[in-house]
Amino acid sequence: MKIEQTFQAGGSGRTQSYAVELQDITIAFPMADGTNYEAVGQTHLSVRDREFVAIVGPTGCGKSTLLNATAGLLVPAQGRIRIFGKDHTGLNSHAGYLFQQDSLMPWKTSIDNVAIGLEIAGIPRREALEKARLWMEKVGLSAFCDRYPHMLSGGQRKRVGLAQVLIRDPQIILMDEPFGPLDAQTRLIMGDLLLDLWSADRKAVMFVTHDLDEAIGLADRVIIMSAGPSSRIIGDYSITLPRPRDIADIKSEPQFQEIHREIWNALKEEVLKGYRQAEERQ
Amino acid sequence: MIDKRILLLLQLSVALIVLVIWHIASTTTLFGDPRTISFFFAEPIAVGKRIVDWFIDGSIWYHLGITLTEATLAFIIGSMGGVIIGFWFARKPLLAAVFDPYVKAANALPRVVLAPIFALWLGLGIWSKVALGVTLVFFIVFFNVYQGVKEVSPTVLSNARMLGMNGRQLLRHVYLPSAMSWMFSSLHTSVGFAVVGAVVGEYLGSAAGLGYLIHEAESVFDVTGVFAGMFVLTFFVLVVDWLVSLVEKRLLVWRPIPAG
Repeated sequence: MKIEQTFQAGGSGRTQSYAVELQDITIAFPMADGTNYEAVGQTHLSVRDREFVAIVGPTGCGKSTLLNATAGLLVPAQGRIRIFGKDHTGLNSHAGYLFQQDSLMPWKTSIDNVAIGLEIAGIPRREALEKARLWMEKVGLSAFCDRYPHMLSGGQRKRVGLAQVLIRDPQIILMDEPFGPLDAQTRLIMGDLLLDLWSADRKAVMFVTHDLDEAIGLADRVIIMSAGPSSRIIGDYSITLPRPRDIADIKSEPQFQEIHREIWNALKEEVLKGYRQAEERQ
Repeated sequence: MIDKRILLLLQLSVALIVLVIWHIASTTTLFGDPRTISFFFAEPIAVGKRIVDWFIDGSIWYHLGITLTEATLAFIIGSMGGVIIGFWFARKPLLAAVFDPYVKAANALPRVVLAPIFALWLGLGIWSKVALGVTLVFFIVFFNVYQGVKEVSPTVLSNARMLGMNGRQLLRHVYLPSAMSWMFSSLHTSVGFAVVGAVVGEYLGSAAGLGYLIHEAESVFDVTGVFAGMFVLTFFVLVVDWLVSLVEKRLLVWRPIPAG
């Protein structure tokens, strides 16, 4: 049997190499009645360079809010955001963001959607298209370059989205339930594709999901958040499963099931709490 | 699914039946005195003959050309104004809020009453008709562009910003295409209104164009001329509408085909 090498992030020499540090972050939204709704309360989260972190929590716990703050799309009410050790304000130019909803420009063909990130950075169109073609190949869509987004399936649109984000070579990849709207089989295929692409060139990843299986299958670390409002991090688990992983097969391994059980026990209470709160609100 | 050939046959027979009834009513005593009926409704064969005469002696081309020129100019100027102002207002909420009641008031005004004013200001040539068409086209394009800029999906916008677009690039790659798609979806209406502006303007005072032709015939009780003018105008609008459909198909290729 092959002795598996577990991925050790932030090893000797680069111990302080954090890609993202969220320090005492509080995020609040003004409500219609004048009060503030605190989505995330005093949360601390660090992601190392080249580390794949999955953030799991019940629906409405402010997972996406954390990503938006890291992306610079929204400003936290309190706390600091440090990107590669530097205080950060404004839009995070180190980050690529794969959104949950459809985010492709519907008026551009898929290859133009992929190339646009390079084009606006001043790379000549021909060169940008050449690179885009390469990325369309990497996500398995070389035959679909000239299709418009509405002509693609949900899974294909996500692949184009993935290529659109990765072609810019972002140092931090933010993913907000990117495979949420897809069916179970497509999710597995997308997960494998993501791991393939990420393993080839490791970047810091923050991957938000409500699917614990997906989180354990993909990540180096799984972060559990409590039910909102004022949700916090209530669990931080290292996943030492060997890589490369096949996320369909890995579920049947005892080590996976053991981790799953442990995390689920912690998460279950929060999920139930989230449901109770949702019912009370109705 | 109805067979296309059968459908075409049925559609043609509707036209044929109407023509036959019209012909019988205006030439026989079946529905009453044919002289009274043909005075009010003309005779289809005479109308057809008049149209053919117009095309044979070539006089109709001049009038068609004038109307087409007026409608085209009205469409171009009105659309450009609508796009620029629509964009500007959508990006400057304060400006939009300040001018909102005035825009609404101007749009509520029936534009036909402006025709005499434009004739007074711009004379009886083509420009008074262009001006009337512009006031009609402008508001349609303006409201659509305004809506198009406002209704850009927030996710697409956030994504574009995360991809590194600056303000000008957002304008070019996100806001403009979105606004254009709204504008193109109202292309039939705005082109139609450009023609309406031209013809109504001509009708109210001019020396050329299809509206003038109809008005001239009417003023000497030449009902055959009125009907012939109406048919030419209808055909003209159908051709323009068909051309718009071609352009639309080309420009909105990225849009999903609406169901049904």
